[in-house]
Amino acid sequence: MTEGDSRTASQIIRGEEPPGRVRLRTEPVLPVIRPAVNGSKTETRPAVFDIRDMAVYYGSNRALVGTTLKIYRHLVTAVIGPSGCGKSTFIRSLNRMNDSIPGFRLEGEVLYHGHDLYGSRANRVEVRRRIGMVFQKPNPFPKSIYDNVAWAARNLGMKQQLNDRVEEALRQAALWDEVKDRLRDSALSLSGGQQQRLCIARAIAIEPDALLLDEPASALDPVSTAAIEGLMHNLKHRFTIVIVTHNMQQAARVADRTAFFSLDSTGVDRAGTLIEYGDTETIFRGASDPRTRDYVAGRFG
Amino acid sequence: MLAGVLVVVTLADVIYQLVDNSGQAIDRFGLGFLVHTVWNPGFNKEGAAALVYGTVVSSLIALVLATPLGIAIGLYLSMMAPARVRAIVGPLVEMLAAVPSIVYGFWGLVVLVPFINGLEPGLHSALGFIPLFGPASTIGISVFTAGIVLTVMILPIISALSRDLFLTVPADLKDGAEALGATRWEVIRGIVLPSTASGVGAAVMLGLGRALGEAIAVSFVIGDVTQIHASLFDPGSSIAAQIANDFLGAVNPLETASLFYIGFILVVIAMLTSIAARGIAGRFDVSAGMLAKP
Amino acid sequence: MSAATPITLGETGLFDPTAPLTPSGNLRRRGVINRFVHVTATAAAFAAVAVLAIVVVSVAVHGASSLSLGFVVHNPQGLAAGGIANMLLGTLEIVAAATVIALPLGILTGLYLTEFAGPRARTARFHKLALDIMQGLPTIVVGLFVYGLIVIPTHQESGFAGAVALSIVMLPLIARASQEVLLLVPGTLREAADALGVNRWRTVLTVILPAAIGGIVTGAILAIARAAGETAPLLICDNIYNQTSTSFNLFHGVPSVPMFIYTSYDLPLTQAVARAWGAALVLVIFILFANFGARVLLARSRAKMGR
Repeated sequence: MTEGDSRTASQIIRGEEPPGRVRLRTEPVLPVIRPAVNGSKTETRPAVFDIRDMAVYYGSNRALVGTTLKIYRHLVTAVIGPSGCGKSTFIRSLNRMNDSIPGFRLEGEVLYHGHDLYGSRANRVEVRRRIGMVFQKPNPFPKSIYDNVAWAARNLGMKQQLNDRVEEALRQAALWDEVKDRLRDSALSLSGGQQQRLCIARAIAIEPDALLLDEPASALDPVSTAAIEGLMHNLKHRFTIVIVTHNMQQAARVADRTAFFSLDSTGVDRAGTLIEYGDTETIFRGASDPRTRDYVAGRFG
Repeated sequence: MLAGVLVVVTLADVIYQLVDNSGQAIDRFGLGFLVHTVWNPGFNKEGAAALVYGTVVSSLIALVLATPLGIAIGLYLSMMAPARVRAIVGPLVEMLAAVPSIVYGFWGLVVLVPFINGLEPGLHSALGFIPLFGPASTIGISVFTAGIVLTVMILPIISALSRDLFLTVPADLKDGAEALGATRWEVIRGIVLPSTASGVGAAVMLGLGRALGEAIAVSFVIGDVTQIHASLFDPGSSIAAQIANDFLGAVNPLETASLFYIGFILVVIAMLTSIAARGIAGRFDVSAGMLAKP
Repeated sequence: MSAATPITLGETGLFDPTAPLTPSGNLRRRGVINRFVHVTATAAAFAAVAVLAIVVVSVAVHGASSLSLGFVVHNPQGLAAGGIANMLLGTLEIVAAATVIALPLGILTGLYLTEFAGPRARTARFHKLALDIMQGLPTIVVGLFVYGLIVIPTHQESGFAGAVALSIVMLPLIARASQEVLLLVPGTLREAADALGVNRWRTVLTVILPAAIGGIVTGAILAIARAAGETAPLLICDNIYNQTSTSFNLFHGVPSVPMFIYTSYDLPLTQAVARAWGAALVLVIFILFANFGARVLLARSRAKMGR
């Protein structure tokens, strides 16, 4: 919950606004309570990403075998698996961040709300505006904390109430209290965990539709990691989240759905392959594929 | 050890410069030298103001033109060009620096001068109300022409250094900016340029130093006229060019001494730009190095 | 906080995520600006290449008529005919002398700055600054300096004085090239040698220098190409008006290609000017080849180092 929220519980659920506050996103707030465990969470939800037989090549090297899965709205979807199994390649293909890598080639389709991300009419900059990304190593700009968060918003023409927007973003990233008195300080003066929350803040300040996080806590200490995991629960009500993690417990803690990737060593080349995908509970408690069961039991990877 | 020898070599040379040059002439004139405008060797009257003017103006023209062009080319080569184009265009732009100044001078005289000659009447009729664009000179040899030749000569310095600087910006910073839905230009404007600004400033300073000291190429196209004219398109002279033109024909020791004196002034100016470049560069190690980086 | 009524940001910059992936909000305008910058920068780069082409082609066009095998191997006959063999030899001689001076000193300076100056950082910075200043010296002033140093005491314009002046121009280039390539040599090599108890100098001579030789040679070639085309120092220190001389005594005046081009300009004979263009063409061809060769060498030496 954001601090200083003076609304009653019923007001929150009904989506009423606190007076005088800028609220990011205008859609009705979905109820906080998660759906029951026994039902699939996906029946009535729209799919944000509809990935059909997507394979990724770097030059002649196949990095990711044809993958098919759907990522659903307002859920946290985790991507887990051993190192080098293509998790980063997978997630970076969802907002076209692999485009600049020489030799990158994608086969199959990635549909975002029904539109082909790699279609000829898709504008790459627009794609990234709608699908934000937070990277493994915090990469704040050499600017002030305020300017880090405000920079993209300014580019997009969001000049009105910029201060409120920055504050709201920092609040939702659980960083506001720590930096509110030193917004003009350099972002580089923050600790690693704070810098990463800053990167999250600046990503959500422009209100994307989806948020991709590539191992956001792997370079951080446990306390910062816990802080970032805490954000996921709140953020998913506003954004669709895909998070890559090598930490299974983290996936179990934050994710609604989990995709398990591994290296396909039975095929001709060693390439990343989607082994299993389903509700987190299922993956961790009763996975159907033995490789999944082995991995989550810690027997390899 | 041998290290000591090197100390002597590099240091002594730089210092010795000043001692040797200055011995000749300063006593004679003192600092008033800079203010007198008449440069008349035969009459024992020397004044370097016209030379300083020509030097400054021609170099300034080169700076104003070469800086944005050089930065643009640096941006193109580091951030926009596809790899194959970059591998060809990059070295070609660097080749501009390899052409000897005498070839530029010769070319400037034979090719550029007639071109500017043809251009000038048009410029004059359009912009003649500004005194800089004076009445159509039929010569084409002018401060402006020298400025153009200098532009071509310092362009590769600024562009190659800028390109190298832009390449030092960490990829994850650029990635982070792009992931926020920014266009390439916005990434450049917001991240790349601000973080390399001091290095680019140093590169510009180095380009300026080169322009100020260029003697041969300028001597061919500036006109050897030691007067200050308002129009850019009238001939003039620069310190270095004057030395080149007059040194051998110097009629008396005083003239030689005067040339040494202006040479000394030139050295001081050049040293100041080198020092300024290093000062501005900050954390960058900028130098007019000739090794191309991959 | 802001106004009493809540502000929702429904219109500014927000989008319908299910809309097609064409530019929304202000992206169209920003895309135009981006495109404009892209086009301008590309144009600038190609304009620069075009200028290079214009210069080289001009020299080629003007000089081709004079160019022939005879031009290169014969001496001049009078002021307006014949070849430029003597000037080529003269330039060769002067530049070779300059290289003999500058190369060892430059390598040593580079070695000093990378290998031996480390702990005393302040002196190293001072030397680097001195080297920078030396590199930024206008060549005509270098000429003046050597004039005062050598020509006045010996009362003689000479190829030797020219060579000394050129060596001053070459030294910083060689030193910097050496420095750059020496820095590329992995520190592990040095550590391993130190661990074996080998004394520093021996390590340098037998291990580090050989590894760096490619880059050093590249730097030397580029410095030589630069020196071959320098006119100003020769104008001051090695000025012989009669470029048809065939005296190669280094301690007297020696003919040279740049000086030939420079003095030809004064002559009223169009033939002389044509030959000057021919000489300029020879010079440009040599320099382009040297640069190209240096680049190839550099690529090969980098490949070797990277392994």
